[in-house]
Amino acid sequence: MSKHHVSTTINGEPTEFLCEPQLTLLDVLRDELHLTGSKEGCSSGDCGACSVTVDGRLVCSCLMLAVEAEGHAIETIEGMARGHDLHPLQRKFLEHAALQCGFCTPGLLVAAKALLDRNPDPTETETRYWLAGNLCRCTGYDKVIRAVLDAAAELRGA
Amino acid sequence: MPMLSYIAPSTVDEAVRLLAGASGAAKVLSGGTDLLVQLRSGRTKPDLIVDTKRIPGISGIREQDGAFVIGAATSGAVIGECEALKDAWPGVVEAANLIGSTQIQGRASLAGNLCNASPAADSVPPLIAARATCVIAGANGRREVPVESIVTGPGRTSLGPDEFVLEFHLPKRPPRSADAYLRFIPRTEMDIAVVGAAVSLTLDPGGVCTDARIVLGAVAPTAVLVPEGAAALIGRKLDETAVAGLDKAARGACKPIDDKRGTIEYRTKVAGVLARRAATIAYQRAGERR
Repeated sequence: MSKHHVSTTINGEPTEFLCEPQLTLLDVLRDELHLTGSKEGCSSGDCGACSVTVDGRLVCSCLMLAVEAEGHAIETIEGMARGHDLHPLQRKFLEHAALQCGFCTPGLLVAAKALLDRNPDPTETETRYWLAGNLCRCTGYDKVIRAVLDAAAELRGA
Repeated sequence: MPMLSYIAPSTVDEAVRLLAGASGAAKVLSGGTDLLVQLRSGRTKPDLIVDTKRIPGISGIREQDGAFVIGAATSGAVIGECEALKDAWPGVVEAANLIGSTQIQGRASLAGNLCNASPAADSVPPLIAARATCVIAGANGRREVPVESIVTGPGRTSLGPDEFVLEFHLPKRPPRSADAYLRFIPRTEMDIAVVGAAVSLTLDPGGVCTDARIVLGAVAPTAVLVPEGAAALIGRKLDETAVAGLDKAARGACKPIDDKRGTIEYRTKVAGVLARRAATIAYQRAGERR
């Protein structure tokens, strides 16, 4: 089987990889590039645990072939903190105890950041609808929503 | 896993050549939100995937003298951000934006929603109600056909193996025209339509319907046009008689299945209710444009 050579940018770093055509972006992120923050929950686009952004657009990396990443800019959870400085969303998730097992957390954080990047002052309803594609099976959603709205307020300087 | 090839051609001609020349099964990829799930489950086992997204103009929306051209691979997110389209065709936009989560919206395309040929596809009823056409590219050149001629049954389309959808055309709106789409699901988000109803109306200055198109989704093997429903509205304001006639016509057009989302009886009743409610919204919207 012939492998494709893919040139992309991941978290600001020019990145190249070889992949077979049937592999998803999630497969390559985790198994080839060892960026294991993006999780495989359902592999059918239902749970959002594999959320990344592609050219700023939130997508499920399990529903995108890795070859499609050619020429595009990918952002994953690994690009969120600046060294040891957590992003305000990450800090607020800890402060509000918005996670238990943590499996859905990277996807929720990436999705929440995509929301705040385009809407710095979302309502609770907008936040809930935006995050409807991120499933959590243990914490529930209320603490997550509080954490996102609190982070939004901090980022606005409110 | 059979040998799978992936090619992302940069021209329409090259894409058609690849599809026409494929020795085995070929699949067209745009957003991939249905195709990748089918690949994963083994429901489809193509030898070749032709990714259309490198073809210039296949993603994006152009306005031409009040008419709109929507590229086949345009995502729901891009459709939802187009204010001019939302203004002219609010029903088409609200339907496209109901498909899946924010993540799905980032990729799922209009052509994919059509060609996946689910009876419950949300964007299809309002496109048919809008008298939208699609331009199809194939080995014999291009042809433009009404959207309703594409889906022939669940998972089946009228497209030849060498053909793919290039773009959608939405006509210029007469004054006092508007559309609306409603779907019923058992929860508030992230589910598949039990019933969908699209209504497109044009009114005269006195508020009388001069044109109407009613289309139901998820109540038959394909989306169904309800001409009797349109006839009940045309020549009247949206009065009690018109609304009752529409409800009856919508129920009469249903040939639904029983499944976990709803029984035949339930789907039929809800189809009448949603048609009435969508007509009320479209009527209000059209009236605000006088």
